[in-house]
Amino acid sequence: MATTAQSAASLAAKQNHETVIEIQDVHKYYELGETRVHALRGVSVSIARAEFVAIMGSSGSGKSTFMNILGCLDKPSAGRYLLEGVEVSKLTKKELATIRNHKIGFVFQGFNLLSRTTALENVELPTLYARINKSEGEKRSREALALVGLADRMEHFPSQLSGGQQQRVAIARALVNRPSILLADEPTGNLDSRTSVEIMDIFQKLNDEGLTIVLVTHEPDIANFAKRSIQFRDGKIRRDEAVQNRPRAAEVIKTLPTLED
Amino acid sequence: MDLLAIIRIAMRALSRNKMRSILTMLGIIIGVGAVIAMLGVGQGARQTMQEQIQAMGSNMLFVGAGTVTRSGMHMGWGSTKSLVYDDMLAILRECPAAHAAAPGSSSNGQVVFGNDNWATRLNGTEPQYFDIRNWPFQEGSGFTQDDVIMAANVAAIGETVRKNLFGATDPIGQTLRINNLPFRVTGVLAPKGTSAAMSDDQDDIILIPLTTLQKKVTGQPWLRWIMVSAISREASYAAQKQITLLLRDRHHIRPGADDDFFVRNLADMADVADEAGRVMTLLLASIASVSLIVGGIGIMNIMLVSVTERTREIGLRMAIGATEANVQQQFLIEAVVLSLMGGTIGILFGLGASYVITQTLGWPVLVSPIVIVIAVLFSMAVGVFFGFYPARKAAQLDPIEALRYE
Repeated sequence: MATTAQSAASLAAKQNHETVIEIQDVHKYYELGETRVHALRGVSVSIARAEFVAIMGSSGSGKSTFMNILGCLDKPSAGRYLLEGVEVSKLTKKELATIRNHKIGFVFQGFNLLSRTTALENVELPTLYARINKSEGEKRSREALALVGLADRMEHFPSQLSGGQQQRVAIARALVNRPSILLADEPTGNLDSRTSVEIMDIFQKLNDEGLTIVLVTHEPDIANFAKRSIQFRDGKIRRDEAVQNRPRAAEVIKTLPTLED
Repeated sequence: MDLLAIIRIAMRALSRNKMRSILTMLGIIIGVGAVIAMLGVGQGARQTMQEQIQAMGSNMLFVGAGTVTRSGMHMGWGSTKSLVYDDMLAILRECPAAHAAAPGSSSNGQVVFGNDNWATRLNGTEPQYFDIRNWPFQEGSGFTQDDVIMAANVAAIGETVRKNLFGATDPIGQTLRINNLPFRVTGVLAPKGTSAAMSDDQDDIILIPLTTLQKKVTGQPWLRWIMVSAISREASYAAQKQITLLLRDRHHIRPGADDDFFVRNLADMADVADEAGRVMTLLLASIASVSLIVGGIGIMNIMLVSVTERTREIGLRMAIGATEANVQQQFLIEAVVLSLMGGTIGILFGLGASYVITQTLGWPVLVSPIVIVIAVLFSMAVGVFFGFYPARKAAQLDPIEALRYE
């Protein structure tokens, strides 16, 4: 499963339609006053459908910038980014918003749920921007919440939910528009270790069903639940390898002591 | 994304902060309420003025003796002797727009009854005067044409005169002395009140037959004025022209020379009064609309706070697919919903205030439906105007920065 920059390029040349993300020699600069910050210095990655990739790296390594570009929140200064064959770096802001809505599901460290808004309404939010009619949006939202095990918490407000439950609402929200990829930025950063493993369990199960997941984390334990790990340093990919001895989160939970809810 | 969904989102956002939304609306409520109440008061005053002028007879014309300048000296209005009884007959005969006319002359009268005395205006005229001026009697009746022919000592008195001279006594049939001549009171005129257009007390008056005044009081055979009623309100302008031409001809005034009389048209005066009322209404409304602008600034302020406070929410909405336009619409609609709800409550508030003004101060208040429609549109415009900048600010946030905002 290990792919080097060369093999990624050859994959693109073959126009493999199973390639979801195709990034070629992407650079990103920021102008900060007089100085120019070079956040990404020539990154090339290819991610296929149903992959589960962990992005690792210390702060300042460029992994956040990479995630922003991957999530179509930012555009590369140079290089190409093809998402399902679409050249994203050429799109307008409005088209990018549509791509984010249809093809990308975001999960954040801080959950980012709307307060004083029920779990169900939070999950419905992306359907409002997707021109999906209300009843269909609600049906999908109920399904997504059931999928993450919150069928009995739909009318609860975020303040009435635990951290793990809030993150599961956020995952349901990310899934409701049936995206091509799920981008999770430190999804376990605010959670205790048991809840973190529970979240990884959900990710593994979703991945088993064919969802492509890209996960940013700085915890090696969490990264191990992925199938492939990419290490960033100084704006470049330092290591890109398959995860050996990948544990099943469902098994790990059994070994952990039960915490009081 | 359809408008209904955006409105739903906006309503949800507003209901999350009920207290703040209500306080923000308060500015608009007071603003719209004040505008409605002030316009109501202004319109009511205008209406009252129109009614008063109508009561004087809206198709009435007043022909007055003019001024003469003798040896370079201005002798004052009413100093000419050229307006005569035959002029009135000529007007009735030759002006098709004139319907009826009453001749008149005036003097000041010192009136005595018992121990009380009162100085008032003494008008001599003929019985048709009461019809032309549309002036009924509250008691008794006026004098007759026979009284005029006989130059009888009879008088019709106004309400102010009755109050000051007779008090509780029934004046009908009583004899009072005007400039030391005895007069029998035949009737008391219904009170007309102080005219807003004329700004004097119309009830402070005594009316006697013209002949009596001319022969026994002033000794002047000419007229001071002629009251003419036109066949309709519209015809009063035509009547004015016809009378002017006729009298210039009868008085042998050369082209280019000034008239020795004047014709005043009450429709004209009604227009002047109406204009004054309109200006007053506008003035009141513009003072009130200042508070509406203050309310709008309140909305802008709260929307700006709201945008800052909800930076992360905006970032999230953009991350999950809201376009700049979506975000801008959401905040704009929040502002418009605030101002529209405020406007609606403000209308009720304004109607309530108008009712209270009518009840407590006794001012007539008139709130027309058009004013309400304008108030709704205006408060909506306030929302759009003051909501635009905050909404624009929200839409231009960078989603990455917004998501990272603490």
